[in-house]
Amino acid sequence: MSETTVPLTIAEHAARATPDAVARQVRGLSDRAIAWLFISPTILLLLAINIFPLVWTVRLSFTNFRANRPNAKILGVGIDNYVSVLTDPDVWAAMQSTAHFLFWTILLQTALGFALAWLVDRRFKSHGFWTTVILVPMMLSPAVVGNFWTFLYQPQIGLWNYAVQFLTGIPAASFSMIGSVKLARWAIVVVDTWMWTPYVMLICLAGLRSIPGYIYEAAEVDRASPWRQFWTITVPMALPFIMLAVLFRGIENFKMFDMVNLLTNGGPGSTTEVASITLKREAFEKWRTGYSSAFAIILFVTVFGLANIYVKALNRVKSR
Amino acid sequence: MDKLVARIAAVAAAVMTLSLAPAAPAQTKQLTLCWAAWDPANALVELSKDFTAKTGIAMKFEFVPWTSFADRFLNELNSKGKLCDLLIGDSQWIGGSAENGHYLKLNDFFDKNGISMKDFMPATVLGYSEWPKNTPNYYALPAMGDAVGWTYRKDWFSRPAIRKEFKEKHKRDLAPPKTLDELKEIAQFFQGRVIDGKTVYGAYLYTERGSEGITMGVTNALYNYGFAYENPKKPYEMRGFVNSPDAVQGLEFYKALYDCCTAPGLTNAYMQEGLDAFKSGQVAMQMNWFAFFPGLYKDPNVGGEKIGFFANPAGPKGRFTQLGGQGISVVSYSNHRDEALQYIKWFAQPEAQKRWWALGGYSCHKAVLNDPGFAKSAPFAQDFLTSMGMVKDFWAEPSYAQLLLAMQKRVHDFVVAGKGTAKEALDALVADWEKVFKEDGKI
Repeated sequence: MSETTVPLTIAEHAARATPDAVARQVRGLSDRAIAWLFISPTILLLLAINIFPLVWTVRLSFTNFRANRPNAKILGVGIDNYVSVLTDPDVWAAMQSTAHFLFWTILLQTALGFALAWLVDRRFKSHGFWTTVILVPMMLSPAVVGNFWTFLYQPQIGLWNYAVQFLTGIPAASFSMIGSVKLARWAIVVVDTWMWTPYVMLICLAGLRSIPGYIYEAAEVDRASPWRQFWTITVPMALPFIMLAVLFRGIENFKMFDMVNLLTNGGPGSTTEVASITLKREAFEKWRTGYSSAFAIILFVTVFGLANIYVKALNRVKSR
Repeated sequence: MDKLVARIAAVAAAVMTLSLAPAAPAQTKQLTLCWAAWDPANALVELSKDFTAKTGIAMKFEFVPWTSFADRFLNELNSKGKLCDLLIGDSQWIGGSAENGHYLKLNDFFDKNGISMKDFMPATVLGYSEWPKNTPNYYALPAMGDAVGWTYRKDWFSRPAIRKEFKEKHKRDLAPPKTLDELKEIAQFFQGRVIDGKTVYGAYLYTERGSEGITMGVTNALYNYGFAYENPKKPYEMRGFVNSPDAVQGLEFYKALYDCCTAPGLTNAYMQEGLDAFKSGQVAMQMNWFAFFPGLYKDPNVGGEKIGFFANPAGPKGRFTQLGGQGISVVSYSNHRDEALQYIKWFAQPEAQKRWWALGGYSCHKAVLNDPGFAKSAPFAQDFLTSMGMVKDFWAEPSYAQLLLAMQKRVHDFVVAGKGTAKEALDALVADWEKVFKEDGKI
């Protein structure tokens, strides 16, 4: 009589491999306790690197602490730092710059991203190749992009100025994109749009591809024109994806730092000094740690609040 | 097979022999010296080989580009880091570093080892070593003398056609300017001129916004027009000094010079951009630190006979220039204080100082500077001496960073962005500075 061997599952292998001493201890634990055991390292890590710094920042925001004066006495200042931030004209100027940057980048990226996605979705010949080409800018590091656009914008050697000269006849050396007060804000909008439109395109493309073909077929049967199909089928059904792209880009650009820092460093003057650059200067150049903590909390609450409102709107659109 | 076993045994024996052999005497002591990554740092690496040869203490260097120099090393000091045993920090850091205990006070060490501050140029002792200013409390040894100076294209200035045209236009010879007005005239003369088929520009000025650039540039006009940081009789009283009518004129002059005579696009430019502009033959005159002049003089394209130097020209209210340079300090958190002090002692010796100058560093020691042959030892040596005799420095208070960033913002807003008037910019600057000193409890 021969014995039949039943293949073991992974769990059974693991159970057999567990030393007896450990197995005895684990046997006494409930499923819930084991679940906690598994997720506790992650929770501890999150507490250490996310929650603790947040709580600590809130605490610092009510003090006069300066990180460059370790020996100075730390005093509680109540809500003085919050009042100072909210009444500081420089902070409001920075918020205006941020708003300008946010509004125009999101508007342009959404419009161009959706248009590109719509074109790519036509599945023309070699559309795969062109999709890859379009995606290249977003694969680059913002530091690299910032650096090479600084060269592209150079009035004497930059290709941008020569392209403008070629197209409009305006002499290349007669204007400076990142040095002019009037143009600098647009210079950073152009670069961000160039870099991140592909990302919006990708999300919109996912939205467009998720629309079932039979809906268009039904519309064709009903003799709906392509224009009507676009506005009554394509746009409404892709809208949750577009809104998701706007949310992602909004949060990203609200805290934009690296690219602006490399391109203009907030200049000329303070023309392109977005909130994150002001925050960095206050925190790590002026070393007003308490003040900058309050500023950071205000920015966090603003982004968090706006994102929450937006997500509710997004859910409403999705449930329609 | 036997052969193979024999070979393996031989290799194993060799490895064992090597591992058991007494190691060559290793340099166990090592010092880390922190500074900026620039030409003089290379000279210091060369110079420090003498120290290692003499003491057996190995030297390690941590050089950081100027753009992140302050961020990097102030963070290091604030976090009581042990990376740097010796730090060549900016002159403006002395107040904060002394008051916060980052630098070791060197008075006792100097006394014990016969190092006298009288052996160093007074302006450098005041600028790099003392805190509070004008008191005999030393936290650094003057290490690298520096000031803002100018370079010009001597070859362009000496071209007969250009000289003739300039004389016809301005009724004087084309020569290095003696006043700021002359400097502007020359800059205007060269602006947009085509030389050797290339459009060139008048002058290169500091305009950098992020760290200290535009402040280090504009002060060369402000001082000479009568700007003062405070009432000499009443410390921290700034109204009427920082924003005096003379100071307003000085700021207007810098903006006028920026508007009329600089190359397009240089709206956020500091030392490196100046070097690039000059080396690429873009500008007739360049404002920059003396520290770069040895390197420029050696440049194959614009150096040698093609380059000339001059000290900052006079303004209506005198002739001054912005102090640069640094002192060398022992970081109080270092685990190698004794070795670091040994380095300071060695560096303070006249022989080391003479070699320092010969290698391309700017010594502050009188044994070097008062040497009869010094002025002729390099084409820029006399201008360096002249400049070091008329330097002024920015605030060195513990809150210097806040004071500096306020000035960067106000001045850049006016000069580069054209926001408001010079008077408004300086009024706002006074308000910013008063706020800082009030927070510090100084006023």
